[in-house]
Amino acid sequence: MSINDDLKELADHISNGIDSDIRGSDISFGELTITARADRIVHVLKFLRDDSLCRFIQLIDLCGVDYPERSQRFDVVYHLLSLHNNTRIRIKCAVGEDETIPSVMNVYPCADWFEREAFDMYGIVFSDHPDLRRILTDYNFEGYPLRKDFPLTGEVEVRYDDEQKRVVYEPVKLVQEYRNFDYLSPWEGAQYVLPGDEKVGE
Amino acid sequence: MSTTEATVEEKDRNFTINFGPQHPAAHGVLRLVLELDGEIVQRVDPHIGLLHRGTEKLIEYKTYLQAIPYFDRLDYVAPMNQEHAFCMAAERLLDIKVPRRAQIIRTLFCELGRILSHLLNVTTQALDVGALTPPLWGFEEREKLMVFYERASGSRMHAAYFRVGGVHQDLPEELIDDMEQWCEEFPKALSMIEDLITHNRIFKQRNVDIGVVTKEQAFEWGFTGVMLRGSGVPWDLRKSQPYEIYDELEFDIPLGKNGDCWDRYLCRMEEMLISNNLMKQCIGLLRENKGPIMTDDGKVSPPKRGEMKGSMEALIHHFKLYTEGPKVPAGEVYTAVEAPKGEFGVYLVSTGQNKPYRCKIRAPGYTHLQAMDWMNKGHMLADVSAILGSLDIVFGEIDR
Repeated sequence: MSINDDLKELADHISNGIDSDIRGSDISFGELTITARADRIVHVLKFLRDDSLCRFIQLIDLCGVDYPERSQRFDVVYHLLSLHNNTRIRIKCAVGEDETIPSVMNVYPCADWFEREAFDMYGIVFSDHPDLRRILTDYNFEGYPLRKDFPLTGEVEVRYDDEQKRVVYEPVKLVQEYRNFDYLSPWEGAQYVLPGDEKVGE
Repeated sequence: MSTTEATVEEKDRNFTINFGPQHPAAHGVLRLVLELDGEIVQRVDPHIGLLHRGTEKLIEYKTYLQAIPYFDRLDYVAPMNQEHAFCMAAERLLDIKVPRRAQIIRTLFCELGRILSHLLNVTTQALDVGALTPPLWGFEEREKLMVFYERASGSRMHAAYFRVGGVHQDLPEELIDDMEQWCEEFPKALSMIEDLITHNRIFKQRNVDIGVVTKEQAFEWGFTGVMLRGSGVPWDLRKSQPYEIYDELEFDIPLGKNGDCWDRYLCRMEEMLISNNLMKQCIGLLRENKGPIMTDDGKVSPPKRGEMKGSMEALIHHFKLYTEGPKVPAGEVYTAVEAPKGEFGVYLVSTGQNKPYRCKIRAPGYTHLQAMDWMNKGHMLADVSAILGSLDIVFGEIDR
């Protein structure tokens, strides 16, 4: 339990330092998660980087997560690493679809591509990012592929057209429906009408 | 001449060229837009994503077992190290303990993967600066290692050998013997490659003092692995956050002094010898430790074939595991392993379903490649390929 105690201590120290900027903290699976206010993220990360007890000098990862049923549907998740204390920490900020979150490039320069990726995949806009272009998807790509409402098959497919002598984009045509099994056992309360049961209620 | 004319002339002198996407020194499909002033590089804009396959999206639609093969296809130079991170993430959510023999086998193959990756990198780095023989010699050793992959898992590259809860099959005794013999022979083969490259005048001229990274820069830009150790930072996850059986093994971490391309090359050469030694230690432990290679938790690991012939329950378990797959408790974890290229991490979010809700793959090469711009500034055009070679990038993991 000593790891959890250390993390508890760290969480208390952080909430003493920047109480107004964070919404809460949680320790599970031996990992510390801090939920922060999106508009104060630059301040939070600066504190975590410069405070003498934290010294999280490396931004290891930054990514988005999509929860379409929430009012603020995206989470932006930062993973920091402190080499001095050999500790990791996770910061989460909730962001709505038409909201922006400040870029943290001034704190960690390597956030550049991570933020571009989160923008590319989820459409999360990082304000005052100097060069917020798409990064992984094709040139002129439309849509945000990692959103839960983006189909797995995508919207367009490409092929080489022999007559036009170039690659053309066309809407995806599937010869057979995409097979998406739900694996839910019908005996454990399936939330839909079972095949063959369509007339039961009539 | 007025000042405005001078600036126009200066602008005209800058020259923009495309490096790749089809260039042998681009290590895959990388397009670099280079802005040159004469032969001096002013700006580098890497265009990536030409190998983007949507791995993270696909994993969200697959069971945990079906997701494992995708990890082989990330850094396809050392596949099992990637699987390892994913399996560890799922195991932490499921709260499973991996049997000891499986831990030893995993460590053995992780070190084997490190040699696979470093062999490819150091020899192709020599190729990038003009030496043709080293890759041929390096690939000979790689070929032998891939045969070990095949004899353990049935596949030369895309092994899918590490499973949640252990490894897929036990190693045959003859394979362990052959690996031990290889470990005896490898240092000799490595020293031949070393003779060929390390003190070669041309190789040193092209690499010493090229692409220097200071400690501070390495921290700021999220460098991990050899890129960090090459700059003299003693940081290795195998030592600092030991997983599997690394805390029982004896090994040192080589550090660079100057943080240039040559130091990183030297680190990798040294790490190969150390990995070779670690493999020997693991083989010794394997001989002593017989036993299961998979957890006995029936909700995660499939029953034995023999059991299925007689037991109805085992049959049901088998059917459920290979159709629906195990359900993983809700929660989120981040696990990282010291992959050959740096810290390879998996951020796994589960909602209690049989499929991951989100699986973010943190590839070390992604942050390293991002540094191309400032690392190349002020260098000559020919140094671009030397620096790129020393970054050790593979596009499978960067584009995902």
